[in-house]
Amino acid sequence: MRRKLVPLGAVLLCAATLAAKKKPDADYGLFKKKLSKDEQAVHALDRLTFGPRPGDFAAVKKMGVKKWIELELHPERIKENPELENKLAPLETLRMSQAETVAAYPPPQLIRAVAMGREPLPADPLTRAAVERQLSRIKVKKNVNAGEEVVEPIVPLDELLSRDQIRALRNGNPQQKRQVLASIPSEKIDDVVIAMPPGLRNQLLPVAPAALSRKLMQVNNPQQVVLTDLVQAKLFRAIYSNRQLDEELVDFWFNHFNVNFDKGADRFLISTYEREAIRPHVLGKFRGLLEATATSPAMLFYLDNWQSVAPESQRRRNANAPRRGLNENYAREMMELHTLGVDGGYTQKDVTEVARCFTGWTIRNPQRGGEFFYNDRMHDKGEKIVLGVVIPAGGGRDDGEKVLDILANHPSTARFISKELAQRFVADNPPPQLIERMAKTFRDTHGDLREVMRTMLESKEFFSAGAYRAKVKTPLEMISSAARATGAEVDFAMPLANQVAQLGEPLYRKIEPTGYSSANAEWVSSASLLGRMNFALQLAQNRVPGTKVDDSRFLEDPQKAAKMLLATDAAPQTREAIAKALAEQKEKNPNAPAPAIVAGLLMGSPDFQRR
Amino acid sequence: MNRRIFLKNSAMAMVGVGSTPAWLSRALYASDAPSPRKKILVAIFQRGAVDGLNVVVPHGEPRYYEMRPTIAVPRPDGTPDSAIDLDGFFGLHPALKALKPIYDSGRLAVVQAVGSPDPTRSHFDAQDYMESGTPGFKATGDGWLNRAIPAGAKSPLRAVSMTPDLPRALRGQNDAVAINNLNEFQVRDSQESSVFESMYENTSDKFLNGTGRETFEAVKLMQSIARQAYTPANGAKYPGGRLGQSLRQIAQLVKSNVGLEVAFADVGGWDTHVNEVGQKASQGQLPNLLQNLGDALAAFYQDLGDRMAEVSVVTMSEFGRTARENGNRGTDHGHANVMLALGGDIRGGKVYGDWPGLAEEQLYEGRDLNLTTDFRDVLGELVTRHLGNRQLGIVFPGYTEAKYRGLIS
Repeated sequence: MRRKLVPLGAVLLCAATLAAKKKPDADYGLFKKKLSKDEQAVHALDRLTFGPRPGDFAAVKKMGVKKWIELELHPERIKENPELENKLAPLETLRMSQAETVAAYPPPQLIRAVAMGREPLPADPLTRAAVERQLSRIKVKKNVNAGEEVVEPIVPLDELLSRDQIRALRNGNPQQKRQVLASIPSEKIDDVVIAMPPGLRNQLLPVAPAALSRKLMQVNNPQQVVLTDLVQAKLFRAIYSNRQLDEELVDFWFNHFNVNFDKGADRFLISTYEREAIRPHVLGKFRGLLEATATSPAMLFYLDNWQSVAPESQRRRNANAPRRGLNENYAREMMELHTLGVDGGYTQKDVTEVARCFTGWTIRNPQRGGEFFYNDRMHDKGEKIVLGVVIPAGGGRDDGEKVLDILANHPSTARFISKELAQRFVADNPPPQLIERMAKTFRDTHGDLREVMRTMLESKEFFSAGAYRAKVKTPLEMISSAARATGAEVDFAMPLANQVAQLGEPLYRKIEPTGYSSANAEWVSSASLLGRMNFALQLAQNRVPGTKVDDSRFLEDPQKAAKMLLATDAAPQTREAIAKALAEQKEKNPNAPAPAIVAGLLMGSPDFQRR
Repeated sequence: MNRRIFLKNSAMAMVGVGSTPAWLSRALYASDAPSPRKKILVAIFQRGAVDGLNVVVPHGEPRYYEMRPTIAVPRPDGTPDSAIDLDGFFGLHPALKALKPIYDSGRLAVVQAVGSPDPTRSHFDAQDYMESGTPGFKATGDGWLNRAIPAGAKSPLRAVSMTPDLPRALRGQNDAVAINNLNEFQVRDSQESSVFESMYENTSDKFLNGTGRETFEAVKLMQSIARQAYTPANGAKYPGGRLGQSLRQIAQLVKSNVGLEVAFADVGGWDTHVNEVGQKASQGQLPNLLQNLGDALAAFYQDLGDRMAEVSVVTMSEFGRTARENGNRGTDHGHANVMLALGGDIRGGKVYGDWPGLAEEQLYEGRDLNLTTDFRDVLGELVTRHLGNRQLGIVFPGYTEAKYRGLIS
């Protein structure tokens, strides 16, 4: 995403903006060209879901496109897929509070420090249990040569397993590894996991059954479990949820209000953030969504507002304490990215004033998974003027609430949010008339996001040739849509998530507050195209660990196969290339698995990269 | 020569010359390339914040020894556990001995007390700022190394990162690829590869058609390189580990003349809060990492031989570490640091930068080495004087006060 910077004093353009190629004038004429009934159904499925499954096209046609969209706008009326609920059940961190997460998944440094006596056992009973569980299986040994202390398991691996078993675990094929793991008696499994070197644990992750995978991760790096749960849940929901538009919107709004797992305490805060600040609000009022993010520890930590202090309340405890004062990070991003947009008509002065209003919006002890609280002693009590509105001196938490009101009701916000939604759901360069109609709905309904979505999804522009297959799938959409199209059975979603990351979208790990863009140019590079083709072949040949496709469902006829995988025809060039290749391969090897070859080629084709 | 013709030529050259290792260099540059070869910049990021004061040691500064009673590198005395003197005041950590001959030959320069002016001590923010090239501004969407190459259609392998994902520094407008391994840049099944190629070649989807064509051109180039078993020249031996592998593959790309302009590699593990060095200065965490770094850089230098005339390598790390050692024989997050630059264009054999001193009042916030050179002064000089890109306002937006240290004549 290209953005302008508004630094202190002068206005400075980001280099990316300067270097950005000038967009050609959009051909809005295509947005007047209507779609056929069949195309409408395909298009609705392409945009409101993570890709059509076989049978979806017929179902939408049967129900009627309009009625189906109305249902998707009311996810509470759709019964959730029990299969999804089964898959989410073991991912316990999804349901934990922030403090519970810290307690149950302590960082490895803490465990080591306790083992070496540098730290006392934690007082918190849950943390203590987690640490003790691991302590009972390790001992401290002095490494005489380097003068370092190392932690070693009490029972070494070669006393727990035979040499052949260890060899098979290290160098065997996946099946041999699975056999050895299955043969370990359950009372020994914890000792074995702890006795393994970290590298071996990592190596076994893809072949181990889900419960064992969690143990392996928990010993290597307990916090990895938190990320793995989040990432697996994201893919499971994209692939299996019956409430597809709801999941698309959670993805959209998470990116809109992006936070990054890798920033310090955010690793404990992000599961709660998605569950409580984003998910309940995606079809609600924008003001509620904005408030939920503004009071979320994840956002306050990510954009440093928790440390932002009024200048006069600055107290430096000692020379080594970092200097603290007003931090404008959150104020700037809130206006630029969350509400008004970069051209929304605010100045650097407004940034500073908004930052002053939010002083004191902080977190109680973030490293322990603390909660939001308003600290009046950090708050700037002076008068502020935000976008021309006077916020009188002497206020408290209310100052921030007033800012949220001003921003949520600002016409620039209505326009900016409408444009972002249209860019994600209609086309990279949506017609201004559509944005204006959506913005009007936003203003008329005081930011009712369901109504804004409805205006967009019922528009003629949405069902037009300008929107039809105009978007390139993001990596998450590409991988999920392939799994959906093939009816894949996913037991362990990390290999799929690693594919998403390799294509450029490591989930929950976008560093910048911009979140991931949905713009086509963002997702098409040489390396990522190759990655997509390789993944397509791998999936069709059942070579993705943790995921099974039923290749008996694949079809040999390229046209029929396209109907199944794309819900529509492939381009003639694609079909011809596949037919030609098929003929050649059959000549060489009459037993070649033609349907799997066709499926792989189709999912790697230009057609499948579009939605 | 436009990019497409360049690629067609090189592809034909590969077929024509067959397996001769020097295939492309002759084919490309002997006949129709009157201008000298393009310069190449290799950036190495030491993630985790290396302790610059124990890399290039101020052994002439008594305060250094007062502040680090157990982890200081001893004054040069010719033994393998003491600093290797550079100029009577500074010395290299003994684990970097492989770099001393390069320093002596005038091709390795050191910049001390350099870094980012932003006060953050967060790895996350500081790496981000250093890679975006805009300290203090989180909103920058692209990286300095991407902006350092001029926009326009060039080789698809002009900007390469030897990492699993594209790093922040290389993201942006210009084509850049992350290649963990040269052999992986392909459609794994060659039969399917040609089918995909024909689909993307013929598709009416203009957008995917363009990138698709470029992709298969790049794949062909890359395969011809990867197919050759690579033997480093001049007896160079790369050390084990990821950095050695990365530099070895960058050397291979340089010698293959595929149009490389900038390359990126990173190496982690520098966050030495505890037991930074062992009982002797040459042992322990930091010395092991430095040994690997020094050996990898020296192997790269040796391997490229004459080709180093076109190449500059620069190292950086997000911030330095506290001037005082902490209670765990380690150091905590600090401020200014050290950067190394080597290559044919570098006026080496010298430690650059003003020494701010380590007295209490000379320290940054009473605890860290102060900053006397902005990292953008070093990178900016490499970008303008080595790569020849004078658009510094685009590479480092808002940085108008660049003061070059004269690393390049």
